[in-house]
Amino acid sequence: MSSYALSSPLASANNTVDLIRSNFPILHKPTSNGKRLVYLDSAASSQKPQVVIDRLVRYYSEENANIHRGVYELAERATQAFEDARETLRRFINAASSAEVIWTRNTTEAINLVASSWGRHNLKAGDAILLSALEHHSNLVPWQVLAAETGAELRFIPVTREGRHVLDNLDQLLNGAKLVALTQVSNTFGTITPLDQIVQHAKAAGAVVLIDGAQSLPHMRVDVQALGVDFFTASAHKMCGPTGIGFLWGKRALLEAMPPYMTGGDMISKVTYTESTYNELPWKFEAGTSNIADAIAFGTAIEYLEHIGMDWITQHEQELTRYALDRLFALEPRGLNIIGPTDMQARGGVISFTFADIHPHDLASLLSTDGVCIRAGHHCTMPLMHQMSLTATARASFYLYNDRDDVDVLLESLEKAARIFKIR
Amino acid sequence: MDDFYREHILDHYRNPRNFGHLDTPTVTFEDRNPLCGDEIRIELLVDDTGCVADVRFSGKGCAISQAATSMLTESLRGQKLTDIAVLPKEQILDDLGVGMGITPARMKCALLGLKVVKSAVLGEIARWPDEE
Repeated sequence: MSSYALSSPLASANNTVDLIRSNFPILHKPTSNGKRLVYLDSAASSQKPQVVIDRLVRYYSEENANIHRGVYELAERATQAFEDARETLRRFINAASSAEVIWTRNTTEAINLVASSWGRHNLKAGDAILLSALEHHSNLVPWQVLAAETGAELRFIPVTREGRHVLDNLDQLLNGAKLVALTQVSNTFGTITPLDQIVQHAKAAGAVVLIDGAQSLPHMRVDVQALGVDFFTASAHKMCGPTGIGFLWGKRALLEAMPPYMTGGDMISKVTYTESTYNELPWKFEAGTSNIADAIAFGTAIEYLEHIGMDWITQHEQELTRYALDRLFALEPRGLNIIGPTDMQARGGVISFTFADIHPHDLASLLSTDGVCIRAGHHCTMPLMHQMSLTATARASFYLYNDRDDVDVLLESLEKAARIFKIR
Repeated sequence: MDDFYREHILDHYRNPRNFGHLDTPTVTFEDRNPLCGDEIRIELLVDDTGCVADVRFSGKGCAISQAATSMLTESLRGQKLTDIAVLPKEQILDDLGVGMGITPARMKCALLGLKVVKSAVLGEIARWPDEE
């Protein structure tokens, strides 16, 4: 299956990134004006290695059939590949059982599943839901809706100007909290949430804990059992996998007690015209024909990441982020402002910044002409931006295929933007 | 795209014309571009003949949206509301000097001011009594 040229253990760092880059066809396609593609928006969605693209083609070319129904050989092969991918994911996150791993469209759907199924049956007026001020809209709006429906109260762990959690009043905030839902890494500022401390106090307070792992699982080793949490969610497309597939992991006892989220085919055990009994885990939560091809290719993406090594990826991104921060700090006298933690231990490979009076949207347009892809806007964290008196920031984010050349082009392009906007 | 950011656009971005508020506007309207968070509020004073007597705008956003709105407000005084309601978008793009080469995402920035002005104007026209 290895169409990617990599040997393990990995040799020298420069060589490794070049090898990794050779696995991603899009990185070798020049932009429309002939520039090298400098892709610094992996926090929004990552690029895909050839093995993942090939896996999709192979499924549709050689294995396509509906799963869990057909008894013919083709259907059995599709079912096997689909369930093998689930097992690959289970191993990757160290879940106790693949019955605890439920396919969803993405992180957002996984959080909505918990809010709708667990939330409506376990929360009542007077209960509290504790979030942090850093949450993406996907880990905020579902809880707002649930709070409005149940009369539960929404609370927030505050953050400093650097985007770091303030835990001074944590136990007070946890008083009466039935659920704590937190992002493991902030998509806006790159902050790594101090989960050790928060989860320990949350469990002592008797709260169920959900982690939004959309920005963490692609970049670091995650062991859901070691985290000591109850639910974990993430999306494939941010970790070299296809769009349209993500997952919810939950502790078996909680999932067993939860009613189905959607109903219909595949999630049933027995159906009469008047009533039905439901399938067992994990299929109870997978109504209708699943996203079979993308789940299978997600498994391939995980195998690819494992082949590179999650520890290597974490270290590579840390080194690159340090290099980028040092170079960006040199522009501070000219009005470049980095927003987020400066302590490397507290941050991942996401850098939010503003540059003098250049609106981030203008900056992103200008950088685009040099082939540089950065994000500009509120990053789906509007309350956080408002609290920080920001309307928008520019954001560069790194992944395994980025190198120092990418950072150097970013800096050259920022210099050019400064010239056009006459910033000295 | 980098040649879009010409002198006059930066001038209007940093020194917007008709920026602020009217004491007694006849009609106000505001809207936003959720993509980039651009916000524009327009205030119009309309005279008895259905023409714009005075105009102010406020808001925040990128150079394209703010400069386009600033330039647009300069052309509104004395114009009939019924004419403003059918202003072609090409006029905004010509004023900016960006032509049709602008990307779809930035087109929304360029035309946000026009959209807000037209919404204000149409809202006011809708309040006028029917002519017998």
